[in-house]
Amino acid sequence: MKKAHLEILVGILVIVLLVVATLAFVQSGSGEEEGWGGADGGAAEMIDETGYTPWFESIWAPPSGEIESLFFCLQAAIGAIIIGYFFGYWNASAKAKRGKQEEE
Amino acid sequence: MHIMEGYLPIGWCIFWAVLSAPFVICGIWKMTKMIQEDRRVLPLMAVSGAFVFVLSALKIPSVTGSCSHPTGTGLSAAFFGPFITSVLGTIVLLFQALLLAHGGLTTLGANVFSMAIAGPFVAWLIFVGLRKTGKIGLGTAVFITAAAANLVTYTVTSLQLALVFPVEGSILTAFIAFAGIFALTQIPLAVIEGIICGLVAKYIVRVKPEILKKLGIIQDEEIAKIQGEAA
Repeated sequence: MKKAHLEILVGILVIVLLVVATLAFVQSGSGEEEGWGGADGGAAEMIDETGYTPWFESIWAPPSGEIESLFFCLQAAIGAIIIGYFFGYWNASAKAKRGKQEEE
Repeated sequence: MHIMEGYLPIGWCIFWAVLSAPFVICGIWKMTKMIQEDRRVLPLMAVSGAFVFVLSALKIPSVTGSCSHPTGTGLSAAFFGPFITSVLGTIVLLFQALLLAHGGLTTLGANVFSMAIAGPFVAWLIFVGLRKTGKIGLGTAVFITAAAANLVTYTVTSLQLALVFPVEGSILTAFIAFAGIFALTQIPLAVIEGIICGLVAKYIVRVKPEILKKLGIIQDEEIAKIQGEAA
């Protein structure tokens, strides 16, 4: 196997293992309480305990978790399409260039 | 790392906004100048920005039992430096503040400072330092850079909150508590982000080394070496 492909494979494997091991071995949430909340919310809770009340509310918040996930997906999709477009473009032009060199 | 809307007193909101603004303005200026000089950098800039979009949308579970997300700023910090990165990061933070109620408009300055300025700045210094030694390959250097950008961002957020909400009068105790929520959660995420960015940087060298060479990130010798690994 080429070194480059091996690197990518090992990289993906490490990422998957990290996430799977985390979900398998770390306990989160107890009983009724849902685990795996956001760290941002965790900090906000800690601040709430000091008795601080936020003085400003978000001007618009997604009305439900579903709609929130819609916008998160949209965010990732915008990024992914840009990356995919240029990676494909670069890859094809690099290949075309190599092909030309071989012909000569 | 998002400090939620309204969770900073107005004085601090203004303080961080005033501190962040010059970086972002300078970034916009640098960005336009760079694009005017050579439009060929535009695709790489777009891809670097796109990585901030994608990675900061992914919420990943971590060892502390909570979820957090990578920042994705490492790639652009390594390639374009902290000023241009601050613009890209601000765009993402605005998107999240307006459409996701993640972070907020009042805390935008503070969040821009941690994610789009402090993290990328330290990361960029590390990247330049590592590459100056001439011994660290691009993949490894970007790995460390991206992980550093991530960790520094969350450390700064912890510090920002600790300054405002000291525990029993002690900023240090508060910092440790907030860092327990943020920084600790971030360690595996920093590794994940580092791996992705390192691999992506090497991939770009294989398919489009010209732009990186022009930016002075990499020399012919190393390009040939990295391309050889895939041949």
